[in-house]
Amino acid sequence: MSTLRFFPALLQAADPNLPPVSGMVFFIATILKILIIFTIYMIGIAMLTLAERKISAWIQDRHGPNRVGKGWLQPAADGLKNFMKEETMPEGVNKPLFVLAPLLSFIPALTAWCVIPFGAPLPTRWGRIDMVVADLPVGFLFILALTSLGVYGIVLAGWSSNNKYALLGGLRSSAQMISYEISMGMSTIPVLLLAGNVSLNTIINQQAWGGWNVVNLTVAFFIFMVSAFAETNRLPFDLPEAESELIAGYHTEYSAMKFSLFFIAEYGGMVTASALMATLFFGGWDVPFTARDNIGPYSGWLTLLSIGIMLAKMLFFIFLFMWIRWTLPRFRYDQLMSLGWKFMLPLSLVYIVLIAAVMLGLSAAGIEPGLMYAAILGSMNLGLVIVLFAILDRGRIISPAYGRMHPREIERMRQLDRRRSMTATRAGEAGR
Amino acid sequence: MAIKVKVVERPIGDVSYIRATLKGMALTMKHLFDVTNRATIQYPEEKSPISPRWRGTHRMLTTETGKAKCVACGLCPTVCPANCIKLVPGEDEEGNRYPLVFEIDEFRCIFCGYCQEVCPEEAIHVGRHYENSEYSREGFVYDLQRLMDQSHPVCEMWDPEDPKGE
Repeated sequence: MSTLRFFPALLQAADPNLPPVSGMVFFIATILKILIIFTIYMIGIAMLTLAERKISAWIQDRHGPNRVGKGWLQPAADGLKNFMKEETMPEGVNKPLFVLAPLLSFIPALTAWCVIPFGAPLPTRWGRIDMVVADLPVGFLFILALTSLGVYGIVLAGWSSNNKYALLGGLRSSAQMISYEISMGMSTIPVLLLAGNVSLNTIINQQAWGGWNVVNLTVAFFIFMVSAFAETNRLPFDLPEAESELIAGYHTEYSAMKFSLFFIAEYGGMVTASALMATLFFGGWDVPFTARDNIGPYSGWLTLLSIGIMLAKMLFFIFLFMWIRWTLPRFRYDQLMSLGWKFMLPLSLVYIVLIAAVMLGLSAAGIEPGLMYAAILGSMNLGLVIVLFAILDRGRIISPAYGRMHPREIERMRQLDRRRSMTATRAGEAGR
Repeated sequence: MAIKVKVVERPIGDVSYIRATLKGMALTMKHLFDVTNRATIQYPEEKSPISPRWRGTHRMLTTETGKAKCVACGLCPTVCPANCIKLVPGEDEEGNRYPLVFEIDEFRCIFCGYCQEVCPEEAIHVGRHYENSEYSREGFVYDLQRLMDQSHPVCEMWDPEDPKGE
């Protein structure tokens, strides 16, 4: 397979009904895809640590790392340092679990990527190569199953460390991740209802015809985004880490590359969550306003363009993750729980019923999926969003908020206090 | 029994979650792109300006002939609160006093500047300079030659006529 012969084939448009590659070519293509994705993924995560430090620095009016290779080699320097550091093994740790825990949090974050499609199919002379490592028919369910395994890594790390702060971090993380997993799963059900399938490619195709889900299902997107923040343990949901309360939470006792693995897992989770948000709600790799990428004829340029679009969407969400991290403070524990259980879960359940009812009504009225369908869903969504955010804005749902008091309110409370003290003294006199 | 928490009704503008979040994010975004107002000073390349009255590394001024202005009167070792100046006076054939040994231990010095104030010949000065690092404690004992070789600007003493140094 010489590259010279390969390149012209990359540029020409191919037959839309090209069959997928099979046999040995499929095997080689899959291995290549795994290698390329793994490499880009790991380098990307390394660069994300740099991006995080740069963005945090800029937000705080600093410069950020700019010494090692003008800052670009900072991730390499960090990695080298982490490889050379001493592996500490504190007394009383449960050794097998202590070693296993970083892997358990790292692997699910990495594996979830293999079912996310990241580009339009690539035509070759042997057939069509799908731009996804494994096009599982159960796609999205596989991701939900795997990402929920990530909690084991954190809980086991906290438990096996034999450290009270680590244990508290692990406990918090298990409570948080299990609470938010429910609303995360529930929030995607309207998306799956619209697509009528759990395969991620079907969801992308559905959005190509019916408009991005974020326009029609904003509430679901909102719940999914907040849950994704909680699932990846990013601020404002970083209670498992909570530097100011728990030192470093579950990874207090870890050092060197084992510590690094937790960080890679966190950033990997972030990348996966961003890819999921882009795929489920923002049309994935679909090139907007064109249909050629969905039905063919495919071409190499189209594949590159769609990969670029997917990447741009992901980078936007990754930036959003970082932007929010360096803006918002951490939730209190009771706020976290009441947001998850009292607000997000009921909301997502009601939303499922609502969307299902609307879909049923629309199909009973004989409206086929299309422009009219999307318009009705979108307008209903707009009204719902306005009402919901007006309620949410009052803040009392999450917890009593502490803000500056209105002067009139202070006066009212003083009067109440005076009246109460008067009755108290009267009662006291009577008792005497 | 549950603890009774007093919950106060407040105007929405004060307790709003979403408005506060958006406001905060707008603020951080503003700072993100505010490239011209970085607070960091890139130290070895850039230095923050220091006061004209900065009291740092000592310097011995010299006459036109290149000799130290010091006449070994012994006032600076006397006034020095940290006892860091070592002075052994000598006398040449013409009867002029000069320092045989003049050493300042910069490690012991507290940079009060009394030596400069007390010097009748305006010979010893504290300087506007702070970057002195050595590999050993002995390296911080500056002898006369080293004090004369320093070339940084010296501290301007407080002037009662111009108390703010303008």
